[in-house]
Amino acid sequence: MKMIAIALAVLLAAVAAPSLASEGPDVHMAPAPIHRLDNESLQRGARTFVNYCLTCHTAKYMRYKRLTDIGLSEQDIRDSLILTDAKIGDTMTVALSAADAKAWFGAAPPDLSVEARVRGVDWLYNYMTAFYRDPKSATGWNNLVFHNVGMPHVLSELQGSNKAVVTEFEDHEKALAAAIGVKGLVELAPAPGDKWIVTTLETDTPGTQSQVQYENTVADLVNYMDYMAEPAKNHRIRLGMYALLFLGILFVFAYALKREYWRDIH
Amino acid sequence: MSKLLAWIDDRFPLTALWKSQVSEYYAPKNFNFWYYFGSLALFVLVLQIVTGIFLTMNYKPDAARAFESVEYIMRDVDWGWLIRYMHSTGASMFFIVVYLHMFRGLLYGSYRKPRELLWVFGCLIYLCLMAEAFFGYLLPWGQMSYWGAQVIVNLFSSIPVIGDDLALWIRGDYTISDITLNRFFAFHVIALPLVLLGLVAAHLIALHEVGSNNPDGVEIKHHKDPATGHPLDGIPFHPYYTIKDLVGVVVFLAVFTIIVCFLPEVGGYFLEANNFIPANPLQTPEHIAPVWYFTPYYAMLRAVPSMMGTQVWGVIVMGVSVLVFFALPWLDRGKVKSIRYRGRLFKAWLAVFVVCFLVLGYLGVVPVTVWGQFPESWPLLGTADRATVVSRVLTVAYFLFFILMPWYTARDKTLPEPQRVTFQ
Repeated sequence: MKMIAIALAVLLAAVAAPSLASEGPDVHMAPAPIHRLDNESLQRGARTFVNYCLTCHTAKYMRYKRLTDIGLSEQDIRDSLILTDAKIGDTMTVALSAADAKAWFGAAPPDLSVEARVRGVDWLYNYMTAFYRDPKSATGWNNLVFHNVGMPHVLSELQGSNKAVVTEFEDHEKALAAAIGVKGLVELAPAPGDKWIVTTLETDTPGTQSQVQYENTVADLVNYMDYMAEPAKNHRIRLGMYALLFLGILFVFAYALKREYWRDIH
Repeated sequence: MSKLLAWIDDRFPLTALWKSQVSEYYAPKNFNFWYYFGSLALFVLVLQIVTGIFLTMNYKPDAARAFESVEYIMRDVDWGWLIRYMHSTGASMFFIVVYLHMFRGLLYGSYRKPRELLWVFGCLIYLCLMAEAFFGYLLPWGQMSYWGAQVIVNLFSSIPVIGDDLALWIRGDYTISDITLNRFFAFHVIALPLVLLGLVAAHLIALHEVGSNNPDGVEIKHHKDPATGHPLDGIPFHPYYTIKDLVGVVVFLAVFTIIVCFLPEVGGYFLEANNFIPANPLQTPEHIAPVWYFTPYYAMLRAVPSMMGTQVWGVIVMGVSVLVFFALPWLDRGKVKSIRYRGRLFKAWLAVFVVCFLVLGYLGVVPVTVWGQFPESWPLLGTADRATVVSRVLTVAYFLFFILMPWYTARDKTLPEPQRVTFQ
């Protein structure tokens, strides 16, 4: 037992050892404020998804019909979520060809079916709030979370446009202190000449939504994308509770049976 | 019923087999916690075969459709997600259970005479399992599947003279492709499961021939009841251990359920995030790491520098680090089998081995830059990656555990073994 304890302690120490390397920019991200059981949020997110994302991106493993999971009837889906001539049993595809997409954006927009499992919900949430105006880029947009991304800010009518505010610091300590003081998205990066820069975003032109409204819109969208990446998630969690309950009861009987049989072993 | 049984017994030794292998197979009565993992390994094997059969019904071994068919299973096949998660979780759990089972062998000297062949069959099962896991990991056709296979097959090309042709022969193509996927599928669902089942049978036959070892490392066959001829410290496997193992299976299933239903990715260790991106031969991922169960060996591979213009040394070290397990029965010269009666030397070296294995396992998961570099002012080590240097030290220590074993086990101050097993 002692040896196991020592081994575990060493393993924990190894895993918990802080990363000593600090190369490249470091972005502080806010956690995505989402809840997987909130059907209304999922429905709003689905609407945002089909309106804004499903014009260039596909979700080719996701069937429209599956959206009955999040409290919609097939008629609801037909009426407000299928914007193409797709049938209810079809998957979410778009008319944009990969070749055109590559020509316009430099890279084909990735399929988004399982994107939330690739990037994680926090990344997606911050990414969608991190666009800013950048005259040097081809689309006129850049992103603090995904530098030089090929995608333009498709939700800019809602969010408006941000500009990057860059502050230069003499040393890492001061820059770090300034970065920690910022509420929301902030990037800390090394600059030439042993200097450090802190980048934050500031509203340039307001959109149709306030900042809070926009953050809710993005949270709903990310919630939906998380659902879409694994539609069976709620089912499996519910099933897990029942399975554990059953195994707990089975354990009591199995253990009692073992005790009974082993009573005569001395 | 008894008539039917008699009819069968006249034609097939059903009752005799049941008696000799189960109801009158006498196992030591003092098995502890560590002895659950043998039956659990068998349980997971069955689980993997059954879930594998159902996956095969909907999976398409076709580079253009494999990724899509896995998502189809996850979404459109009834209970497909459950079958898939059980299989992916089962793969990792198989290794956890087998590693604990092997560690039990180290603790109690279960590989010692007369159980050398039993141990060798076990090592062959382990090798086979590694191959099975490697071939299976390509099938979802994600980025990690693809590049992981690319890296591992490329290891073979570092072998002098025949290397490139050998790698080409394994892949059946110049890169990992549809052809590779098809043959890996064949290996994964037919060839290796057959070999695995055969080896498990051999492992069990050898076990039942020599009898189980126990936490005291003493032979129960040396003290038999003169009247019945059964070992005094032995109890029939059925019902005693079948029922005890049932408790183990229930606890195992609870852990299994927690993973399958609440955290199937296990933070990226059982299912890697990058593997949800379809394989793209034109885009190499920034960080390629094998699944956790291979990482101790992968860390050793990376730790060995290339010398004389070839990287084959790392491959050799990695290969030997696995194969060295076969030699254990002949390296250990201890006067006792069980750690309970071993001296400090063995305990210390075993602890070193465990630490090496776990820390190398961790270092194999992360990029070599994880702990940064030594400062330039350091002589010899200046600017070297700290993690690489640590990996090298641990690799050497890992091998010393085996190489020095004949010396420290023979020299160790052991306690006297008891005549009979201890049982409270």
